[in-house]
Amino acid sequence: MNVNSDLGKHTRPIYNLILHLHPKKVKASTLRFKLSFGLGGMSALLVVVQIFTGLLLKFHYVPNPEGAYNSILAINENLLFGKLAHNIHYWSAILLLWITFLHMLRVFFTGAYRKPRQATWTFGVLLLILVVLSNFTGYLLPWDQLSYWAVTVSTSILDYVPLIGSTAREALLGGQDVAGGTLSNFFNLHTGIIPLLLLALMVHHFWQIRKAGGLIVSEEEKDSPLVDTQPNLVARELVVSLVLIAFILLLGVLFDAPLRERANPFFSPNPAKAPWYFMGLQELLIHFHPFFAVVVIPIILFAGIFYLPYFKLKDGVQGIWFISQKGRETGKISAIAGFIFTIIFILLSEALPDPESILPGNFSIITTGLIPFIFVVVSIYFFMKIIQRKFSINRSEYIQSLFIILIASYSVLSLVGISFRGEGMSLIWPWLL
Amino acid sequence: MTNEIKTGRRSFIKRTWKWLGIAALAELTIFTFGMLRQGKKNDDKLNANLMDAGGVEDFPINSVTADRVNRYFLIRLEDGGFLALSIICSHLGCSVLWNKEKEQFLCPCHSSAFDKFGDVMNSPAPRALDYFPVIIESGKVLVDLSKKIQRRGFDKKQISYAI
Repeated sequence: MNVNSDLGKHTRPIYNLILHLHPKKVKASTLRFKLSFGLGGMSALLVVVQIFTGLLLKFHYVPNPEGAYNSILAINENLLFGKLAHNIHYWSAILLLWITFLHMLRVFFTGAYRKPRQATWTFGVLLLILVVLSNFTGYLLPWDQLSYWAVTVSTSILDYVPLIGSTAREALLGGQDVAGGTLSNFFNLHTGIIPLLLLALMVHHFWQIRKAGGLIVSEEEKDSPLVDTQPNLVARELVVSLVLIAFILLLGVLFDAPLRERANPFFSPNPAKAPWYFMGLQELLIHFHPFFAVVVIPIILFAGIFYLPYFKLKDGVQGIWFISQKGRETGKISAIAGFIFTIIFILLSEALPDPESILPGNFSIITTGLIPFIFVVVSIYFFMKIIQRKFSINRSEYIQSLFIILIASYSVLSLVGISFRGEGMSLIWPWLL
Repeated sequence: MTNEIKTGRRSFIKRTWKWLGIAALAELTIFTFGMLRQGKKNDDKLNANLMDAGGVEDFPINSVTADRVNRYFLIRLEDGGFLALSIICSHLGCSVLWNKEKEQFLCPCHSSAFDKFGDVMNSPAPRALDYFPVIIESGKVLVDLSKKIQRRGFDKKQISYAI
């Protein structure tokens, strides 16, 4: 009854607010930092930072092609703390994407997506997609050479989706090319629609977690004693928040957000790259026929991610990193195999002659699409077969290994696309870039 | 017994609400996408956006002239015909540049190359450069910017001649 008794009159409202997000008492075992690394909380804090700095930047930003670039220059040069706000907005956008992604990995590897938390996973994935879209729509706003061509290249990828691709692209761009209509669309999505959706889904996400009884815990720790949220959890959250804010401030003071020359639709830079989080996809386009790179593979991946909580699993292991000792071992092997296999695949695809020159005509969907796709699927299948026979893993460990292979592959593809592709997208060492 | 009837009616109403909700969501989505597409699609026949590029004699035989603002190349071929090609690479939308020595359009982004008819000489570009119809009227070269036409490859019909 007298939970608030040790609190002063002035801190009580704050405590009441916190109690809207947290229960009065939490399990002591959930306080362990290495269980969750506080990633979900960090994401929420970063969204608040983005809204705060974004609202300030919005006072001075001019969302049309004539004024956009100059308004960024004015924010950087003429405004007290303008450059700092811009830098913080830039760095915490990147951090937000990284941390929400790591949060998803944490949830996956601790089995926190399983029953009864299936819907929490689904909404979490939707939130991650919104964070990516938020990053992407913000990417165009400076209207410099980097942002203009990155958005041109990545929206052109949409054109390869059959039937609806070019219509969707035209709707998104508000016209045929990236121009004034695109900037106004992106600005409105970035500062209106996406933040609203993000906040609504976040509230739902928090509620789902609380309904499921808070953070995930393992079977052994299920009966750990309850402790007061204040100060046990609140103090820990405060420490994480302050460290994170200090880190962002440091980044913002030390490193400026990039700004190249003003966008020039006539001259494409060489090479023109998509934003870094889409570079894996652009790299995939180099090796696969567009129909496979843009339609088949992403659809399979997203179907897998959304269906994940509904796979029937006999063991109900939750709250333990990588399921079991066996899971840890096979996970390590899968990560290494995914890395090496992807590198070999890229080098092979680079060394082999262009199939177009051997089999000209309309067969490219087979020669550069179906054949490499089947090659990849079969290699993964046989690799998993060997792992399964050697370690006699169960279904959840199988899914975990598969997931690790895919994450490793996308990481290699992104890394190669970002750091190993020079002029004309030819392979090159990063120090020669 | 009355309970059963009640739940029957209630679940019917609930289901109705659910489907109405889905329908409303679909309408909202279509409405939003409609709003995102800026302006009404022009009726091609009524609103040809004819760009006056200049007189026929302004373009020497075997030349390539760039219009940077409207993003097209006007090509005068050896036989005096005109061809207007879009500057936008068919691969990922970068702007191609004319290379005089090689007599090719080169894309700086991913090294696609096109010959002077816009046909693909070097992948990854999946198809030829788009073209605009050219109309020659009383010695003037008019490029119809409202019709950017996709094509698999070059065809003689795409060339316009001054009579």
